[in-house]
Amino acid sequence: MDINATLIGQTIAFIVFVWFCMKFVWPPIINAIEERQKKIADGLSAGERAQKDYEKAQQEIAEQLKEAKQQAAEIIEQAKKRGNTIVEEEIQRGHEEREKVVAAGHAEVEAERNRIREELRKQVAVLAIAGAEKIIEREIDKSAHSDIVEKLVADL
Amino acid sequence: MVSGEQTATEYIKHHLQNGQIGSGFWTWNVDTIVWSVLLGVLFLWSFRAVAKKASTGVPGKWQCFVEMIVEFVDKSVRESFHGKDKLIAPLALTIFVWIFLMNLMDLIPVDWLPSAAMYGAYWLGFVDDPHDVYMKVVPTTDLNTTFALSLSVFALIIIYSIKYKGLKGFTKEMTLTPFNHWALAPVNLVLESITLLAKPASLALRLFGNLYAGELIFILIAMMGLFQLPAHFIWAAFHIIVITLQAFIFMMLTIVYLSMASSEH
Repeated sequence: MDINATLIGQTIAFIVFVWFCMKFVWPPIINAIEERQKKIADGLSAGERAQKDYEKAQQEIAEQLKEAKQQAAEIIEQAKKRGNTIVEEEIQRGHEEREKVVAAGHAEVEAERNRIREELRKQVAVLAIAGAEKIIEREIDKSAHSDIVEKLVADL
Repeated sequence: MVSGEQTATEYIKHHLQNGQIGSGFWTWNVDTIVWSVLLGVLFLWSFRAVAKKASTGVPGKWQCFVEMIVEFVDKSVRESFHGKDKLIAPLALTIFVWIFLMNLMDLIPVDWLPSAAMYGAYWLGFVDDPHDVYMKVVPTTDLNTTFALSLSVFALIIIYSIKYKGLKGFTKEMTLTPFNHWALAPVNLVLESITLLAKPASLALRLFGNLYAGELIFILIAMMGLFQLPAHFIWAAFHIIVITLQAFIFMMLTIVYLSMASSEH
């Protein structure tokens, strides 16, 4: 239990241990710990940031969706209106076309009727003259009475 | 476990005797040196294993444990010692773990290792009587170990004082406190020297006293026959606290002394 040379031996051992610990044990371990702490802190803040980004994105998406829906509703409304006008226009145009065709038909028929009437009148005139010729052959001169016949024809 | 030829006194004396080589001052307590170096190497080897593959990723169980201790020591150092110093933290770690491991030898039943050494040496033919072999397995129950530690710390206290305050500042502190008058310098010197010397003495004696007393009680318990089993258990359970606390106190006081040495006041 006396103090002896062991003291020197123990002191040397202690110094060597402390030196070894300071050189080869402490720095790598404390570095690893500090780096991991930093990593964890970074990870946490990144997670927080991501969460915030996500929420913002979510909000943006909701807004855009709302806008898109509104636009879609507008477009549909417009399309409906446009469809209605097109149908109405078409109907209008159909009416006009029909009237035009009908009018053209009428005009043609009228013209034909006039032509035929003219023709008939001419033929009647010829017939009348022929008839009159037959009658008058016996009693009157053709040239002397043609004005009467023409007047007759004109009255037809 | 009192063997037939031994009286109780002989048994206790036998247990409290170091295995020694040499004579006079140049006596070497072989058991103290061998066990403490073994434990120190165990500490450094196991911690070095972590340090070598220390990764910032997910740590293994052993790495976690080592990191817990390192962080605990680091925190203790940071709380008391302000300023940057490469030595203090590893010094504190070495002191804490090494002393803890040496103290821990106290929990091994007192007869196991000495008996193994005694009869091992007898059977191998090194000695004629197994009782000629002495072995104390707890290095911290040897004053040489505790003083080796505390005197190293004492040397560091002086080195730090001079490093941070300068030789002049250190001399001033030794001679002009607590009474700030040149005429009282001798009184101051005596007072301050006592304060300074009390630090290593108290460090060494506190650790030694606690562990020596604990060891002695274990030896006494070992002589109680069958009743020693529960008694040993109870004392061992209590002693775990002493072991840890003494290692912690030694570490904390080292840090405090060094931070006092390195700061003006």
